[in-house]
Amino acid sequence: MSVLIYTESNEGKFKKTSFEIASYAKKVADSLETTVTAVTINASDVSSLATFGVSKVVNVTNSDLNTFHARAYADVIKQIATKENAKVIVFASTTDSLHIAPLVAVGLDAGFASNVIALPENTSPFQVKRNAFSNKAFSITEMTTDVKVLGLSKNSFGLVEVPVSLTEEAFTPTFSDADFGVKVTNAEKSTGKVTIADAEIVVSAGRGLKGPENWGMIEELASVLGAATACSKPVSDIGWRPHSEHVGQTGKPVAANLYIAVGISGAIQHIAGINSSKVKVVINTDPEAPFFKVADYGVVGDAFDVVPKLIEKLKIFKANNA
Amino acid sequence: MKILVCISHVPDTTSKINFVNNDTEFDTNGVQYVINPNDEFGLTKAVLLKEQQGAHVTVVNVGGTDAEATLRKALAIGADEAIRVNATAIDGLQVAKELENVVKQGGYDLIIAGTESIDYNGGMVPGMLAGLLGCNFVNACIGLEVAGSSATTIREIDGGKETASVAFPLVIAGKKGLVEEKDLRIPNMRGIMTARTKVLQIVEPVATSAATKSVKFEKPAAKSAVKLVSADNLDELVNLLHNEAKVI
Ligand SMILES: Cc1cc2nc3c(=O)[nH]c(=O)nc-3n(C[C@H](O)[C@H](O)[C@H](O)COP(=O)(O)OP(=O)(O)OC[C@H]3O[C@@H](n4cnc5c(N)ncnc54)[C@H](O)[C@@H]3O)c2cc1C
Repeated sequence: MSVLIYTESNEGKFKKTSFEIASYAKKVADSLETTVTAVTINASDVSSLATFGVSKVVNVTNSDLNTFHARAYADVIKQIATKENAKVIVFASTTDSLHIAPLVAVGLDAGFASNVIALPENTSPFQVKRNAFSNKAFSITEMTTDVKVLGLSKNSFGLVEVPVSLTEEAFTPTFSDADFGVKVTNAEKSTGKVTIADAEIVVSAGRGLKGPENWGMIEELASVLGAATACSKPVSDIGWRPHSEHVGQTGKPVAANLYIAVGISGAIQHIAGINSSKVKVVINTDPEAPFFKVADYGVVGDAFDVVPKLIEKLKIFKANNA
Repeated sequence: MKILVCISHVPDTTSKINFVNNDTEFDTNGVQYVINPNDEFGLTKAVLLKEQQGAHVTVVNVGGTDAEATLRKALAIGADEAIRVNATAIDGLQVAKELENVVKQGGYDLIIAGTESIDYNGGMVPGMLAGLLGCNFVNACIGLEVAGSSATTIREIDGGKETASVAFPLVIAGKKGLVEEKDLRIPNMRGIMTARTKVLQIVEPVATSAATKSVKFEKPAAKSAVKLVSADNLDELVNLLHNEAKVI
């Protein structure tokens, strides 16, 4: 019996979410008096996982898996879960992991709880706390199946270093042709820019910016902070910014450490997507803007005055703290 | 081409979220229900495919009688027939198993669901359904072209998008982008009138039990008031973000 995690890497480096689910799984494993095993695919150096409590890595090396194939990846995880007799399997809330987790759950006839935000409240019966109703409430969910699949919300647990010693094992899964039924013909990835999914800090702007030509200062603020840029829905609908930047209930969810909203009113559908961000800062001319009700820090002021001044202050701060 | 569109019947986006019975049940009092926004994109895509290349479009919901108004709305938008599986939806696995039965009975080529519903936000039904059917699956689908018995799909990936070619039967989990928002169909009078004559079939559940259940709900603790910083004192904001919030 073990707690299994599926770790994702990017250009040979584990994603931060992989360390976060390892940290989480270690705590769950401790309460179940067992250990954490990680599944890695085409990973070369897995040693960093040991820092976060992973004591065994099962690595699959196969060039057919250099491209993401949801069903093939799910088959790898299912086979390793069965071999390791895993009772709890933890996934991150990344695009790819959310693609695979339901396939793994159904293959193992396991219940799946997504958007989990805390350690199990109980392990017998097994109960977890999850975000529901677009982050407007939490659900305490009880899982009754023998195997339980959990999807951990990003940044909800953080990183906890618990160094352990690590063993490595290679595994050769079996595949069927159907595993490769979705044939990728093209992938476009914006390189060099922090993406909303990976960002610790997100700088977002709304219709208050008046036009696409005014986004220079938003990009500069983001660049000073090493942040990703985002926007409200009307802004992407009018075409001022790409759709990939639209956050909210019908856009992307943002669970960043810091979310800065400039000229965004704070409509309920926008807030639904950013509620799980830790610290929210609002810059808005209207002191009655609903965003101030959910924000931690606020500046009532004109973005065209505040943002350039804030950029200067942050540059000085960065220089002093470099 | 036979298309099945899975429709979730959810509280309108602006609904106040409250609970009753000692916080064990969602309070439906005064709540307006709608077609789940992600499913609306899928339904419009199915209707467009029907108009452009001919298709039979069925909509399905696993739920109680109250969902019939939502299914009628989907018929008014252009679906040909509707199925309601007469079961209370408890969790993703149970719903997926009911849908699996509907797909097997109806022999659909293309199954369109929404990436997630805005009530429980599980994001699992489409993947589970594809897993149960053993067919191809594209999640977070923002583009779909159909040619004969195969499709070209575009899915969202972290920081970009990915195009793939994939054969039927196929399950996609769609979202905004699958069709433009301006192209979303709303029921017109003629649609509403013809919807009345379309078949809404009630199917009994195959009685699979759920794997998870919500035992209690909680609301987030009341937030402390926002700390306002003067626009003339942004050093203070930088200081708060560094020393108090510890995020920079
Ligand atoms: C089904 C549905 C789903 C939706 N999903 C989403 C979603 O996912 N994401 C989303 O964002 N929206 C969503 N919306 C839309 C949402 O209801 C709001 O319309 C939208 O969030 C408003 O965007 P905004 O704040 O940029 O624009 P506005 O509402 O126009 O607000 C602009 C704000 O900027 C301020 N402002 C103006 N000038 C300045 C200045 N110079 N400096 C500083 N502040 C200034 C104003 O005071 C105002 O508060 C959805 C709506 C529906 C019906």
